[in-house]
Amino acid sequence: MKFSVVVNEGPYTHQASDSAYYFTRAVLSQGHEIMRVFFYHDGVNNGTRLTTPPQDDRNITNRWSDLAKEHDLDLVVCVAAAQRRGIVDEDEQKRNSKDTNNIADGFRISGLGQLIEAGIQSDRLVAFGD
Amino acid sequence: MLHTVNKSPFEKNSLQTCLRLSQPGSSILLIEDGIYGALKGSDAAANITEHLQDRQFYVLGPDLKARGIDKSRLIDGIEIVDYDGFVKLAVEEPKVQSWM
Amino acid sequence: MSDQEASPTSGIIKKFLYVNRRAPHGSNYAQEGLEVALVGAAFEQDVAMAYIDDGVFQLKTDQDTSEIGTKNFSPTYRALGDYDVKKIYVEKESLEKRGLTQDDLMPLVYEDEDDDWAEKPMINLVSAAELQDIIEQSDVVLNF
Repeated sequence: MKFSVVVNEGPYTHQASDSAYYFTRAVLSQGHEIMRVFFYHDGVNNGTRLTTPPQDDRNITNRWSDLAKEHDLDLVVCVAAAQRRGIVDEDEQKRNSKDTNNIADGFRISGLGQLIEAGIQSDRLVAFGD
Repeated sequence: MLHTVNKSPFEKNSLQTCLRLSQPGSSILLIEDGIYGALKGSDAAANITEHLQDRQFYVLGPDLKARGIDKSRLIDGIEIVDYDGFVKLAVEEPKVQSWM
Repeated sequence: MSDQEASPTSGIIKKFLYVNRRAPHGSNYAQEGLEVALVGAAFEQDVAMAYIDDGVFQLKTDQDTSEIGTKNFSPTYRALGDYDVKKIYVEKESLEKRGLTQDDLMPLVYEDEDDDWAEKPMINLVSAAELQDIIEQSDVVLNF
């Protein structure tokens, strides 16, 4: 079965990203497909590689990046929400003349249409947020 | 249909709204702070006990454990599932609605 | 969009329901939820909006954010009809609990192309029981 997951909250403040991660892992371990994980609202903050939690805490961003690498996941950060919150990839850096970018490995920035498309093409869309 | 609720009923009305707007026969899974809605003997327990006849209630075990809530404290008739169980419910039910 | 037009989603039409349960301005969910509905319109899906709990405050008349510094996106609701979003469900119980009536809500309309572009009201007040059915009959439910 084809799943997509929506993450509407950033890391560390709310449990949403952790719950979404464990749910996504369980979906994959049961042999189902994850079509896309879409990050919206403050959820876009999961996609910055500049995250530096203390040694004894989990690295939520790296955890997503690693899972994406292992399972070839499509991690999509909403462009409108990302621009507002300063999540930038190379294209956005050029387009908006920023001095740097911060998108983490395995994440890409794209439009809200990717969320609608996930809703249309997935058998199940499961959202986590606050 | 599977409904998830992630808010404590003492903080927000998500559980009440879920119960008002879910059809009889629905499955309701309490996750994150939503698990506090499953406490036996609490002011909020009636939300669930009044609907036990026509809805199936679940709580996410890892979220219970994290919050120090033993299964003996849960309203009778609520089933504990792990993340694999969460996925199985999502597969069995035609769609998932998250009340946040 | 014509049937011939290539699209990764062509052929599939699902019933999308956007469930809005938060008041505007205190948080950004209402605004970003509205953006999803507008973008989603381009995908030619069957779209409906539901306003429940504090979400009903999103449709309040006379919103003016000029003294709080946030964007006043409330006029955007009037554009929903132009984006082919014509079904807006407001839960009666939620309105009543908050001491509001339909007169407190923006009079949202769409122009009916099948009826000489006559203006038709978009807001439907529905009971909880009716909303149960609407939610159950949707294919994709997204919450804001």
